[in-house]
Amino acid sequence: MNAVSRFLDSDFVYQFWRNPVAVISAAIVLVVVVGAVFAPILAPHNPFDLVSLDLMDSLKPPAFTAEGDPHFLLGTDDQGRDVLSGIMYGTRISLLVAVLAIGFSLVVGIGVGLLAGYAGGAVDAFLMRVVDVQLTFPSILIALLVDGVVRAALPRSMQEQLEIYVIVFAIGISRWPQFARTIRGSTMVERQRDYVMAAKVIGLSSGRIMLTHILPNVMGPVLVIATLNLGLAILDEATLSFLGVGLPPTQPSLGTLIRIGNNFLFSGEWWITIFPGVTLAAMVLSINLLGDWLRDALNPRLR
Amino acid sequence: MALLEVDRLVVEFPGRRGTLRALDEISFSIEPGEVLGVVGESGAGKSLTGAAIIGLLEPPGRVASGQIRLEGTRIDRFTDAQMRPIRGRRIGAIFQDPLTTLDPLVSVGKQLVETMQTHLKLSDRDARARAVGWLEQVGIPAAAERVGAYPHQFSGGMRQRVVIALALCAEPKLVIADEPTTALDVSIQAQIIALLRRLTTDHGTSVMLVTHDMGVIAETADRVAVMYAGRIAEIGPVRDVVLHPSHPYTEGLMGSIPQLEHRVERLRQIDGAMPRLTAIPPGCAFNPRCGRVLERCRVDRPDLLARGTTLAACWNMVPMDDVT
Amino acid sequence: MFSFILSRILQAIPVLLAVGFISFAMFAFVGDPVTIMLGQDYTEAQRAALVSQLGLDQPFFVQYAKFVVEAVQGNFGISYRLARPVGALIAERLPATVELALTAAVLALAIGLPLGVYTGIRRNSALSRLIMVFSLLGVSLPTFLIGILLILVFAVQLGVLPSFGRGDVVQLGHWSTGFLTASGRRALVLPAITLGLFQMTLIMRLVRSEMLEVLRSDYIKFARARGLTPRAINFGHALGNTLVPVITIVGLQLGGLIAFSIVTETVFQWPGMGLLLVQSIGVADIPVMSAYLLLIAVVFVGINLCVDLLYFAVDPRLRANR
Repeated sequence: MNAVSRFLDSDFVYQFWRNPVAVISAAIVLVVVVGAVFAPILAPHNPFDLVSLDLMDSLKPPAFTAEGDPHFLLGTDDQGRDVLSGIMYGTRISLLVAVLAIGFSLVVGIGVGLLAGYAGGAVDAFLMRVVDVQLTFPSILIALLVDGVVRAALPRSMQEQLEIYVIVFAIGISRWPQFARTIRGSTMVERQRDYVMAAKVIGLSSGRIMLTHILPNVMGPVLVIATLNLGLAILDEATLSFLGVGLPPTQPSLGTLIRIGNNFLFSGEWWITIFPGVTLAAMVLSINLLGDWLRDALNPRLR
Repeated sequence: MALLEVDRLVVEFPGRRGTLRALDEISFSIEPGEVLGVVGESGAGKSLTGAAIIGLLEPPGRVASGQIRLEGTRIDRFTDAQMRPIRGRRIGAIFQDPLTTLDPLVSVGKQLVETMQTHLKLSDRDARARAVGWLEQVGIPAAAERVGAYPHQFSGGMRQRVVIALALCAEPKLVIADEPTTALDVSIQAQIIALLRRLTTDHGTSVMLVTHDMGVIAETADRVAVMYAGRIAEIGPVRDVVLHPSHPYTEGLMGSIPQLEHRVERLRQIDGAMPRLTAIPPGCAFNPRCGRVLERCRVDRPDLLARGTTLAACWNMVPMDDVT
Repeated sequence: MFSFILSRILQAIPVLLAVGFISFAMFAFVGDPVTIMLGQDYTEAQRAALVSQLGLDQPFFVQYAKFVVEAVQGNFGISYRLARPVGALIAERLPATVELALTAAVLALAIGLPLGVYTGIRRNSALSRLIMVFSLLGVSLPTFLIGILLILVFAVQLGVLPSFGRGDVVQLGHWSTGFLTASGRRALVLPAITLGLFQMTLIMRLVRSEMLEVLRSDYIKFARARGLTPRAINFGHALGNTLVPVITIVGLQLGGLIAFSIVTETVFQWPGMGLLLVQSIGVADIPVMSAYLLLIAVVFVGINLCVDLLYFAVDPRLRANR
């Protein structure tokens, strides 16, 4: 049996198909991700193409309501932009930010974790103290403050174009400690193993031992945590953007769309904010459900 | 009438790739005041037998067929609520690891008091006095002062004494002791076994002593059941089984005990390992490892057959005079 | 006991100093307050006057020392945006946030804890499954979305509850409270639910999973083998052991309420510290940000201390060791 068919026959896959919640969640995530990644091809309109916008189309309710326009399935906003297309492009940006932020977090967390676990002693004590202190504070607060400080440090003219990097940095910085802690724990275990001793004896450098020998053996659990953190990072970004300190309306993420739409809530144009909100909620809920299932499936004790 | 009768008991674990039969038609009985030793390798089903009797099989494990009778009453179909007055009151239990069997947040005195008050009509004061009495009986020094102490303030051996007190305090007729000394220091094991033996004799309690230590059985038990791969291989009075084993597996177990009287070059061992429940061979489960295997052993599964005072599930028993 | 508290306070000091240093570094190095305060057009003389008024012309360590001394007294400088002392601004906004966070905390604990215990004990009942599904919604829906939905339903559609502000408040000395007026209490309902819902579901799920873990332990099995009633097992043995690990996380989560109130306050235009912070971040008003950071640090240190004291009450292993 080759690897693929062995995987398809595994308990893991069997458990997956037997669990309707996991299957539905995976389907939702798949639909949202495909819609976002291929937005330029799949979206019915291009919300950034100013030529195609027509103010006559503004504030149209969704197609399924009485006054709806079949051209705009989920209605339009005050500029006449198609809400569905806006959501697809917005999700694209939200996902991009979350993936980059978690990637950045992983790099920092793995670096610190390896160093602390391998070096031990005072280095370890210091780094873990930093981790402890940071873990005391909610990550969204850290992201918010880092975001605020970095913005203040940048010249105003550069703020808008760098905003996406600022927010990636802010969210990434707010989430590295748990990766560091996990990596450190498993590194301390691996450090005692014979193969590390052997590598030391043949005179490999510490850096080489850490990266080529220990790292591959400690990555597993961290990758699971990273997947689960994607959902949280999406929420972080949406929250910052909603607060108005995230992505600007020129690069609208789901959070930005919800914030803009929120202004129309009282005048009755609920669809501008509710549909992006539902998309965000459905995506994060599905990721969390998948994460819950994954944790249970990988931990047979809980079955 | 026997105190406990287990009759063709089958315990199964339904799973994805079919149902595992963890206990396969186990039958034995325990008389009042008797100590029955149950030996076997890990995974032979010893602990499972105890859990099934007391009605605490971990799901999805379940009693699939057979009967368990306590003083003539079938208890294997009892609900949890029906079992509750039996657990502790008529069948006590001692677990393997005293470090994890006691609630760390509740004082040992309180754990004793609540157990007794659940089953016996006792005032708070009487229950408390009895709790101190039990701690004295199991040999806790300064029991009156330590009754309010928490489990972490006792050593492992002392904690197992507390566990024994908890198992006996509601005066059950039968105690199931599941490897009560495995987790303890070797130096303490003998003390705990002696304590258990003394207290159960004093109170006239029967004991089902689960262990993989044949030496403990030889010293403590009246009768012994040898388990292998979910079945009973041999059962009989301890003297007969130890001195004249009928089943080749029992003979192998005896050969692996070091003895001071006989100097041997090397302890004998049984080659191979016990099959997993998923891969039990047809015929006698022991046949791939057996030195006395016959053609029949690979096809027919032997039932327990009488020989003298013992019963053994073997087509080709060890001759009486062939014992070293 | 006393020495324990003292050692905890001593341990907290380096943390506070470190956070203080970060606050100060923000102050000292980030942005150019002068440009922000004066706007586009100013003369060199105006600029110089402001620089010396803010003390920005003094050496680094002098500024740091002054910062620490002032901060201890509750002085955090002047807000760039509002040109008022930050200490006074925060003192004004503090009651609104504290009242909101407290109400949300009580809500979260009073509902989350019993639900967690229930779903842990009756893990397979239909009601438990239903509660678990709703709790996942609570964990997954972002706070601001919950707020928006509540506003849409209760303020816009039904028109039964206010969607913004604190309603009428009563001054009790320096403290302004909304608890004492009907409109103040009504205004509190939606924000408190919004803020508390996430913590409630989190507490519930946490208690449930700890409870399940404990129910699998040997001492629970032994308690069952002793024939104890389910009631004695669940509440006499399982609940206490569940609470030990839960206390820390719940403590920190409740501290998180202060932070999450930032979002809730923005949605409901609740005049608390969170709203102040968001407005300040938007215009890089560093003194407010650094004061907020310090204040939050103090709150968390305080909560950690309370958590440690609670441990003491619950776990005899700790009491005995000291």
